[in-house]
Amino acid sequence: MIVEWGHFALTIAFVLALVQSVLPLWGAARNRADWMAVAVPAAWGQGLFLVLAYGVLTYAFIVHDFSVLYVAQNSNSTLPLIYRITGVWGGHEGSILLWALILAGWTVAVAAGARSLPTVYAARVIGVMGLISVGFLAFTIFTSNPFERVFPVPADGADLNPLLQDPGMVIHPPMLYMGYVGFSVAFALAVAALLGGRLDATWARWSRPWTTAAWMFLTIGIALGSHWAYYELGWGGWWFWDPVENASFMPWLTGTALIHSLAVTEKRDGFKAWSVLLALTTFSLSLLGTFLVRSGVLTSVHAFATDPGRGLFILTFLTLVVGGSLVLYAWRAPRVRALIHFAPLSREALLLANNVLLVVAAAAVLLGTLYPLAVDALGLGKLSVGPPYFNTVFVPLMLPLVVFMGLGPLIAWRQGKAADLPRLVWRIGLPALIGAVVCLAILGLGWRRYVLGISLWLAFWTLGLSAYGIVQRLGRRGYTLRAWRQLPRGFYGMHLAHAGIALFMIGAGVVSTLEAERVVRLAPGEATELAGYSFRLDAVYPVTGPNYTADEALIVVSRQGREVARLRPQKRLYTVRQQMMTQTAFDAGMMRDLFAALGDRLPDGAWSVRVHYKPMVRWIWLGTALMALGGLLAVTDRRYRLDAVRARRSGVAQVQPA
Amino acid sequence: MKTARKNRLLLILTVVVGVGLAAFLVSLAFRENLTFFFTPTQVAAGEVRPGQPFRVGGVVIPGSVERQPDGVTVRFRLTDTRAEVPVQYTGVLPDLFKEGQGIVARGTLDGAGLFVADQVLAKHDENYMPPEVADALKAQGAMPDHEMLRKARP
Repeated sequence: MIVEWGHFALTIAFVLALVQSVLPLWGAARNRADWMAVAVPAAWGQGLFLVLAYGVLTYAFIVHDFSVLYVAQNSNSTLPLIYRITGVWGGHEGSILLWALILAGWTVAVAAGARSLPTVYAARVIGVMGLISVGFLAFTIFTSNPFERVFPVPADGADLNPLLQDPGMVIHPPMLYMGYVGFSVAFALAVAALLGGRLDATWARWSRPWTTAAWMFLTIGIALGSHWAYYELGWGGWWFWDPVENASFMPWLTGTALIHSLAVTEKRDGFKAWSVLLALTTFSLSLLGTFLVRSGVLTSVHAFATDPGRGLFILTFLTLVVGGSLVLYAWRAPRVRALIHFAPLSREALLLANNVLLVVAAAAVLLGTLYPLAVDALGLGKLSVGPPYFNTVFVPLMLPLVVFMGLGPLIAWRQGKAADLPRLVWRIGLPALIGAVVCLAILGLGWRRYVLGISLWLAFWTLGLSAYGIVQRLGRRGYTLRAWRQLPRGFYGMHLAHAGIALFMIGAGVVSTLEAERVVRLAPGEATELAGYSFRLDAVYPVTGPNYTADEALIVVSRQGREVARLRPQKRLYTVRQQMMTQTAFDAGMMRDLFAALGDRLPDGAWSVRVHYKPMVRWIWLGTALMALGGLLAVTDRRYRLDAVRARRSGVAQVQPA
Repeated sequence: MKTARKNRLLLILTVVVGVGLAAFLVSLAFRENLTFFFTPTQVAAGEVRPGQPFRVGGVVIPGSVERQPDGVTVRFRLTDTRAEVPVQYTGVLPDLFKEGQGIVARGTLDGAGLFVADQVLAKHDENYMPPEVADALKAQGAMPDHEMLRKARP
């Protein structure tokens, strides 16, 4: 019975989403305050019923209710509790339900702060988010109902895909979805502003923290996904330019551009139409990502067997969202164009360059991801675009971006001082270059490793400029603790995120230049050498987990005769699906990871073993963590908190006719 | 005013040149890195030059997997039911690699018609067949029954 309640709650949520979109939007058009007033309670109601529906599905997983088809397909009586809870989003139906739940969460968050928005604007924003909810809930109910029953009831479930039975999988999808879906707020704010025909300060001021918040979650989500792929897929790489990775990376690129373009919009009242276009693009790319992953059109490690009917639904939805918002843009945007003046050396110019580079990079990734699909759809053959394409295009685009990124915060708005540029190049650029050359010399690397040299140089350049910028700004107030604390959090957030990029570049540069890998045949007792480390296979013995059996190897790693790590990689057989899984083992460190994966057992009792040496690979995720932390600081900046407090104190919403 | 206009022109020129350069880079890299997909039938018909990187997909013929003496090199044969391609791969095969399973391999043909793979992809989901493989099999009118293939294993 409880399962039917879940289905019922889902249906009510769908009806409430309809109410939440139609009435407020209509009310805003007709200036009917009573209809607009429906927006906030409808949003809360929709959220509440989705929590209920989601809770019921989770309950069905926990109590092993295999009469529910989705549970039977994605769980098993031996599945540990934690994976029964996370298994809710381990398959298609549950993922989409989670998507809808998170969307409702963002809507409620907007609704909670809506009092500080003009009534008409708030009604439109919540209404637009309601429309997106309608699309996703219709998708869930009509094509991907997670509450569908199965008869006869199977005795046991088919188990969760072993790849997803991993702690990384527990938090990666929710974070990614928080990011994807979070951009719906920026989208709704932009569409509502276009509907109202004015892109005013309220729109820009509101868009900034919401965009940054979504970006922060997306950054965490992508980083977790990269880390998960690193150890779970067992290939030892951290980024594969896989279509599904690209799907999450494209909104990240345009979202990053949006954050910076909104800075110009808020501070200088410029780049308005451009910011709106970026907001529309970013969310459209998020939807495209969902479509690519969920429709099964991709050949990718992430591609699961799927139903083409679903793909068609999402494609239609995507077309409506992209087409509708672009038409609205074409109709309204010419009215709001504002030309601002700035010099070629000014913060605006640097931010413009940043935006152009990020958008071109996103377009190049889009081309590489969609081209094979387009060619296939046209029946012109089957092909794929390899990682070398992405590297060749992406890296040269990012290098000037990083040069500008460091400079931006130190160049004044409107008209930068001409003397600043040579001074910064001499004081920061030259020492950074010397530092990079010294590093290469210490590592004993020649000129042919110039890629590493350039990434180190740019990383030092960025770190140096950030430090310089902070010191310079403090200097105006005196170097006291009080002055330190008085600087806005957003300022530190920006520098922290930029420093994160620098650490990321150091990690990526070092690991791609100096990593080593070897596949060998090892009998117990034998050892292999890699990058000065000796990996000795001590023994292989059977172990048993809750829902798998495995062969576990003990690999002792030593350096110059001294033991440094014990690795225990496993080759698991998940008994329900009879599926093999390689469980890699790694010893993590700031300066290097040692990584081992067990291959196949050979007839003579030896094993094929793959070992990796990954210097400074952790810096990649450390850098992304700093970026996310920078985002967090920016979102919690005092001026946004003050806004919220002021709104609560004033209590009365301002009414502003559209 | 004149300098302002000049500045704007300069800016627009910079953006145009920058985007043009990027487009040039993209098209250059793009053409060099397209990897085409061929079926075993096409490979057998000599449609691919040795040394040209491409992808081939098909079903691993049950019983064809042979491990070489070094312990880490594997040879097997791929089929779309009409023609076969011998494949060699050095490294750890993906977990879902099985005889009778549809896979996609990337690599080049050597002079003797052996496909030397640098990557072998099998999928997350064991009932999933890479679309290219499914289409290649359908084109031959022979979408295999998985159960049958599994039973056919020695």
